[in-house]
Amino acid sequence: MAAERAPYGRVTQKEPAVAEVHIVWITAGLGCDGDSVSITAATQPSIEDVLLGAIPGLPKVHLHNPVLAYECGDDFMKFYYDAWQGKLDPFVLVVEGSIPNEKIKKEGYWAAVGTDDKTGQPIPTNEWIDRLAPKALAVVAIGTCATYGGIHAMEGNPTGCMGLADYLGWNWKSKAGLPIVNVPGCPVQPDNFMETVLYLLYQVAGLAPMIPLDEQLRPTWLFGATVHDGCDRAGYYEQGDFADDYGSPKCIVKIGCWGPVVNCNVPKRGWMAGIGGCPNVGGICIGCTMPGFPDKFMPFMDAPPGSKISTNMIQTYGKSIKLLRSITNSTVNKEPKWRHPHGELSTGYHPRTY
Amino acid sequence: MGTVTTTERQVPTKERKLVEMNWDPITRIVGSLGIFTKIDFANREVAECHSTSSIFRGYSIFMKGKDPRDAHFITSRICGICGDNHATCATYAQNMAFGIRPPDIAEWIVNLGEAAEYMFDHNIFQDNLVGVDFCEQMVKETNPGVYEKAERTEARGANLHGYKTIADIMKALNPFTGAFYRETLQMSRMTREMFCLMEGRHVHPSTLYPGGVGTVPTVQLFTDYLVRLMKYVEFMKKVVPLHDDLFDFFYEALPGYEKVGERRILLGCWGSFNDPKACDYTYKNMTNWGRKMFVTPGVVVDGKLVTTDLVDINLNIRILLGSSYYDDWQNQETFVKTDPLGNPVDQHHPWNQTTIPRPQRRDFEGKYTWVMSPRWLDKRTNDHLALDTGGGPIARLWSTALAGLVDFGYVKSTGTSVKMYLPKTTSLPEVEFEWKIPKWSNAIERDRARTYFQVYAACCALHFMEKALEEVHAGRTRTWTDFKVPEEAIGCGFHEAVRGVLSHHVVIRNGKIANYHPYPPTPWNANPRDIYGTPGPYEDAVQNTPIFEENGPDNFKGIDIMRAVRSFDPCLPCGVHMYLGNGKTLETHHSPMFGLQNDR
Repeated sequence: MAAERAPYGRVTQKEPAVAEVHIVWITAGLGCDGDSVSITAATQPSIEDVLLGAIPGLPKVHLHNPVLAYECGDDFMKFYYDAWQGKLDPFVLVVEGSIPNEKIKKEGYWAAVGTDDKTGQPIPTNEWIDRLAPKALAVVAIGTCATYGGIHAMEGNPTGCMGLADYLGWNWKSKAGLPIVNVPGCPVQPDNFMETVLYLLYQVAGLAPMIPLDEQLRPTWLFGATVHDGCDRAGYYEQGDFADDYGSPKCIVKIGCWGPVVNCNVPKRGWMAGIGGCPNVGGICIGCTMPGFPDKFMPFMDAPPGSKISTNMIQTYGKSIKLLRSITNSTVNKEPKWRHPHGELSTGYHPRTY
Repeated sequence: MGTVTTTERQVPTKERKLVEMNWDPITRIVGSLGIFTKIDFANREVAECHSTSSIFRGYSIFMKGKDPRDAHFITSRICGICGDNHATCATYAQNMAFGIRPPDIAEWIVNLGEAAEYMFDHNIFQDNLVGVDFCEQMVKETNPGVYEKAERTEARGANLHGYKTIADIMKALNPFTGAFYRETLQMSRMTREMFCLMEGRHVHPSTLYPGGVGTVPTVQLFTDYLVRLMKYVEFMKKVVPLHDDLFDFFYEALPGYEKVGERRILLGCWGSFNDPKACDYTYKNMTNWGRKMFVTPGVVVDGKLVTTDLVDINLNIRILLGSSYYDDWQNQETFVKTDPLGNPVDQHHPWNQTTIPRPQRRDFEGKYTWVMSPRWLDKRTNDHLALDTGGGPIARLWSTALAGLVDFGYVKSTGTSVKMYLPKTTSLPEVEFEWKIPKWSNAIERDRARTYFQVYAACCALHFMEKALEEVHAGRTRTWTDFKVPEEAIGCGFHEAVRGVLSHHVVIRNGKIANYHPYPPTPWNANPRDIYGTPGPYEDAVQNTPIFEENGPDNFKGIDIMRAVRSFDPCLPCGVHMYLGNGKTLETHHSPMFGLQNDR
């Protein structure tokens, strides 16, 4: 009897506004699949948390990602075709890799996935974006290639590639009125992406308002602060204590770290499970989350030009602060004088009974 | 001349009924890969195939004129699952070009990072990507008879891995719902944490530099790594018997399965894990320090070790065209006429390559791919060998086993096998595993070697951990050597990416990159027919593959072909399509919807 009655607490659980959502993922931009691989490292939440219903309130999620899919070949492409024909509704489109410029050459393709039945030729990735973006509830660009062009859009590149917003337009909106959502990073920090997906799923479920994005279309809570803001080596900077050697544990701004001007939470969050990162563990920040990446940060191992003024200015202040702190530090490194083994009590207490 | 890498089949082409089928994209790999085949259902085999890629990015073009110190940051982005192998290999080439030698502890840290990469990457590929081809759902859909047999077959190692029957193993491999699938996914995270301890971030490291690392070598760093490593060691004591049970079962259940994905034994390994005591990064000593690597470089032809000399390996690399969307560079600039030892360097060697892309329509009778055809010139016969890497581990273990050079306590090469020792862990006693040279270079043995190499990598990590701690305890914690970028220099790096051979070749002029050519494993495996008509390894291995799948053409999954291809651990930001060249096509359909009924 009791088993048939809903438990008291079930009143807390709400049906999502949408029962099922598909995630259709295109990895066939000019990329390395590093973002798909990256999300398999996520634990906050993990893919299986999302797919197996371990988080309350979410719709049932079906993931169609080529790196993880059970299906192969046409069985897999069917998801793309169904999404295009409105049979896979609603879906969130995830695009990985930069978008090549297919207009700059006479024939052939820079990037493609699937084969056209009639012509036997590969279907350009751009054609899939043209087909799927208008049908998607939301479009997410994962990684710096898809968001802003990234490494493959470097000066001198032969493909003329660009970010998704460059291709679709920065003011582009999905049929549900959402702008493109950019989650940059080369590759994307695993939890940053899964958390953004989680937010969008909450939004789809009717449990969250419009996702807050900045002008570069990044989630504000992830990219609002700089690398430097969250770096545990920023204390060295404050004291004007700079490394001139890559093996040093001090602030590495003078040997190529761009942390003070780069929007990214990695030193604060770590790379995964709080472990790893960039300047916090000895790796110069090369600005890999930024629209200006990579060209505006190269050569990576030279000091950022702007850092010369700021590091010089801080040295006068920082060194005197460091000196004062070292005096205080040596004071607090000593115990108070009343802690001793001698035959007298000097703590300030005056005993009456002994 | 080219090499005949396959035996001609005797079935006359005109008697064949061939069905063209394609799988595009091949999923559960990294990169865009498709497979075009024409299948002879009457004779139950794949007739022939071609391979083609679907993505071009142009690294060797946009790297020209850039600062040579940026090379490892840039080339890491070539690959999203083993980018760190590229970054590492690039620093090897930088070290040679800049004339520097990192401190010992930096080398141990890099080795620990790279060992974690092998442990992670083989683990996730084997059990979350390849494993699905062997899972309950897949086997039931393709070989229900085999699944029934699996239910009746007890697993020999059940007391070690906990799965009573082979069918229980298959169930545990079901994607996301299978217990072992989820366990390995979680293990792939822990090993990536180990990686991040040493190299900062996965998959594009932050702490690697020419001259060493930025990683701070504290006692804590190594403790954090070691406790995770020991959990992995315990895990592997279960995984090896589990995979042996599963793979042995396929040979038993499907007699003749050794033919799936089989090709002539033509394996290349460029060596892995430098020994800082031997490696000075000079070209002239490369033969010696190459042989001190903890995985021995080598070329194995028909089961015989042809060379272990990195100079020899280097000089005989040839990049051929034939079916690729590029113009030849025969008349372009020769950047390197002779190597630092005075040996002549061929115009089709990576040091002298000029990449000239020419995008065009795909034509399987002409040009059909973005991948070039790397070959290794066997001086004994003048054959341009289409070496494969077998996905990495089989070539590494084979080369190391034959060479008999590795012997550091945890691993011993015997000349015919590789012995690996794992110490006691929480719940399991010490164990020795032995990888013995197999009879075939085929799908099952490539997959089996992957499991054994996971153990190999763990053994190496145990050793590197001890060496690194010796440095810390002795107070030798400097991790970086300063350098100046020379105006003119050349360099090369040799490494093993997770899925096989990796080389980087750089030419520096006026302090900038004048030429840069990375050659990762997948071009070696996924390449098309070269100018001599020699097919690339995937093409070759797939077209040899017999069909064991129980389904007829109507619901054909191509599982045996998938197992053959995935055994190479494809990692393509380039792609592969396979296609029949000279058989007469009767009817063309896409899988799984095609109309021609087979008449088996």
